[in-house]
Amino acid sequence: MSVSTPEIDIRIPTILRPYTGGEKSVQASGATLAEVIQDLERRFPGMEERLLEDGKLRRFVNVYLNDEDVRFIGSLNAVISAGDNITILPAVAGGA
Amino acid sequence: MRFDSLEDSLGHTPLIGLPKLSPAPNVRLWIKMEDRNPTGSIKDRAALWMINAAERDGLLKPGATILEPTSGNTGISLAMIAKQRGYKMICVMPENTSPERSQLLRMWGAEIIYSEAAGGSNEAVRHAKEISAAHPEWVMLYQYGNAANALAHYESTGPEILEDLPTITHFVAGLGTTGTLMGTGRYLREHRPHVEIIAAEPRYGEVVYGLRNIDGGFIPELYDESVITRRFSVGSHDSVRRVRELLDQEGIFAGLSTGAILHAALGIAREVVKRGESADIAFILCDAGWKYLSTGIYEGSLDDAEERLEGQLWA
Repeated sequence: MSVSTPEIDIRIPTILRPYTGGEKSVQASGATLAEVIQDLERRFPGMEERLLEDGKLRRFVNVYLNDEDVRFIGSLNAVISAGDNITILPAVAGGA
Repeated sequence: MRFDSLEDSLGHTPLIGLPKLSPAPNVRLWIKMEDRNPTGSIKDRAALWMINAAERDGLLKPGATILEPTSGNTGISLAMIAKQRGYKMICVMPENTSPERSQLLRMWGAEIIYSEAAGGSNEAVRHAKEISAAHPEWVMLYQYGNAANALAHYESTGPEILEDLPTITHFVAGLGTTGTLMGTGRYLREHRPHVEIIAAEPRYGEVVYGLRNIDGGFIPELYDESVITRRFSVGSHDSVRRVRELLDQEGIFAGLSTGAILHAALGIAREVVKRGESADIAFILCDAGWKYLSTGIYEGSLDDAEERLEGQLWA
């Protein structure tokens, strides 16, 4: 086995749960967000296409690494460490 | 201080130091008390600027009807000004908002059209756009895309903060229409190029994200990612915890979105301390806690509070 990357928890929004058999929270591993998404695709086929478009995060998909928006910390190159958690949410209008 | 009218008293809110919550003598937190505005919220600034701009542009004529999607606070500000100036006000508001907001809106003479809880403000925006198409004679100011919203903060909030805190290193505010962050952020960066602009975005319960498909998502037209340095998502548990800390330690009674903003501000402050640097971190108190009392979140356990807020548009 190659050097293993940490399994981390990923919270899945309602709209993507058809791909995870209804699971709210799943696990995947990878050294970067891009690798985690590849691993998600292996475990839950179809997921990648819902998250990425032209190799980038879809416009209306927000991904948070330990509650921080990944677009400001390297996007798909964001580095994943053991104990991290990821939350995926659709972009919605905030209160105002 | 003397003003000719309520409107004239808007802005120039105090910036107050937080000696107990600041983590070190050289890493200081400052809170801008936006509850000291005419209707008790930062939204008064955007409302006044948008109405003035629409009057100047000839969109709003005497006796006109204003339509606006709102989770409450901007609607309340608009309703107050609309009533003073003789406009009719109609708000499209999600049904999962605190009852105080409906009471306040009606108090200032606004009519409320409720939108479905599922989808939150997304649904309010969608519904308001439909109504607007059916009633082209009504004026939708549309705070999510109205440049006057961000301009209000560029011309008032930003200059006020810089004047009170010339040593500012970080500015933290909530992300809704993004108007506060865009306007204040641009102004501060022009004058302090290294200032960090940090967004705290409330993370609601699942029902609010209940879109039919991912392409039904929404990003406010005002949002320009390049203005922001970092962006955090803060859930109800952390927001309630911070609102209580602010009350316990500094005596300040704030609403829930302020809890989310304080959570992000404290996280930033902790990082600065770890790096051994100094900082002056200013953040926004959007409104006081009065409109949230009925949620019961100021007492009992944090878990109970979190449960009460499930499915509510609490910020």
